[in-house]
Amino acid sequence: MGTTVEGGHMIEVVNLRKNFGSLEVLRGINEHVARGEVISIVGPSGSGKSTFLRCLNLLEQPTEGQVIFEGYDLTSHGTDLDRHRQKMGMVFQHFNIFPHLTVLENVTLAPTLTGKRTKAAATDYAEELLARVGLSDKRDEHPRRLSGGQKQRLAIVRALAMDPEVMLFDEPTSALDPEMVGEVLQVIKKLVENGMTSIIVTHEMGFAREVSTRVLFMDEGLIAEQGTPQDIFDHPRNPRTVEFLSKVLR
Amino acid sequence: MFANMLPNLGKVLSRYYGLFAQGLMYTLLLSAITVLGGVVLGSLLALMRRSKYKPVSVFAVAYVEVVRGTPLLLQLYFFYFLLPELVTFVVLSKFVSICIALVFNSAAYVCEIVRAGIEAVDPGQTEAARSLGLSSRQTMRRIVLPQAVRNILPALCNEFVAVIKETSLASTFFVGDLMTQYRTISGNMFLVIEPLLVVGVIYFILTFSLSKAIAKLERHLKAAD
Ligand SMILES: Nc1ncnc2c1ncn2[C@@H]1O[C@H](COP(=O)(O)OP(=O)(O)OP(=O)(O)O)[C@@H](O)[C@H]1O
Ligand SMILES: [Mg+2]
Repeated sequence: MGTTVEGGHMIEVVNLRKNFGSLEVLRGINEHVARGEVISIVGPSGSGKSTFLRCLNLLEQPTEGQVIFEGYDLTSHGTDLDRHRQKMGMVFQHFNIFPHLTVLENVTLAPTLTGKRTKAAATDYAEELLARVGLSDKRDEHPRRLSGGQKQRLAIVRALAMDPEVMLFDEPTSALDPEMVGEVLQVIKKLVENGMTSIIVTHEMGFAREVSTRVLFMDEGLIAEQGTPQDIFDHPRNPRTVEFLSKVLR
Repeated sequence: MFANMLPNLGKVLSRYYGLFAQGLMYTLLLSAITVLGGVVLGSLLALMRRSKYKPVSVFAVAYVEVVRGTPLLLQLYFFYFLLPELVTFVVLSKFVSICIALVFNSAAYVCEIVRAGIEAVDPGQTEAARSLGLSSRQTMRRIVLPQAVRNILPALCNEFVAVIKETSLASTFFVGDLMTQYRTISGNMFLVIEPLLVVGVIYFILTFSLSKAIAKLERHLKAAD
């Protein structure tokens, strides 16, 4: 059990710092995420976007500060991290599909191993999810035969099979061939439209503008500016944001 | 000398084929025991090496370094003389002592093989599994190890080949392996080269065919990727 902390937000980040050796990657971030929010994180390469996202489910151990998820301080000693991670789905740039399992097994493994569902129930649910992203006919294939876009859709379904409260996406389309970007963005879009709380690190500015309720601009380990997509993309105030956008929106 | 070689070879073979066969059997037995024991102990060491408890991992590291940093022959002597002193409740045959020494030696190499095999698995696999809420144990058992086996298996077979050759050192203690038989036969017949040729050919056939089989296994595992 972790320490319970009162507060209305699903995720609260308090003075989050992360150093890699002498390199200060996150320099004291305070932020919160409410249920139903769709947050895009943009910013230059190396600004700490991935590190920030990975600190949220403690894939990266923060050097200092707290991450509070549904009232539980994930950073406090003795917190049952595995239990909380089950509610935080994560999608990676390079998919990280389990290559030794079939498509179906990729989806059913975690729910059955964690005791969330029986084998039969997990299979039923997996089939339903696979159908939703158009992968029904691949269910018994080995992932190596999937295209990049199919792999990423599978990765999303694998995370959804745990019924997460929030989804974390780290550049989900950056490793894809251009013709496959659309199909994956479509799946994410459908997901957030159905109310999935999401945090999306992305270089797809058009997509961020379209789906986000809030955009965070990260620069040198801090959230330099944030606001609605209109605020950030149409009326950026921070010169760093202006500079960044002028580079990527060209 | 060379004029007599062929007839001598014939004599050696016809008179001592039984001993060669027996030597072959002992060499294979020694190697199999060594590798099997080495795999068990070596895997354990590899796990210890990854332990978050410092003394445990330090012990494993030190073990590997010491074993790899000293000659096998020295280790064989060490166990040959030391074990009977330590273990007094049963009479250890020298075969058992030598087996134990070989196992301890091979374990260090297997430990490195297993460790390398585990480390070669993409860390993204572990991250994906942990992000789904699997424990580190479940992740190791269901995600990492099944993938590591593909890297480990061919390397273990190579270790088997290496061990087959290394067991020849055990002949120092006359444990019945191929080289032991060579020493017996050459002593009996006052011939040095001919029995050596026979033994060499047997070793070569063993290791060569095994290596070929390993290469095939490796291709097979690659194709499955
Ligand atoms: N495990 C690590 N060890 C050492 N340095 C790291 C590690 N992970 C990230 N860094 C460094 O931290 C900084 C921020 O990295 P991060 O991946 O968070 O950036 P990013 O904003 O996601 O960049 P990108 O847009 O290129 O993905 C970089 O300088 C990176 O080299
Ligand atoms: Mg990144």
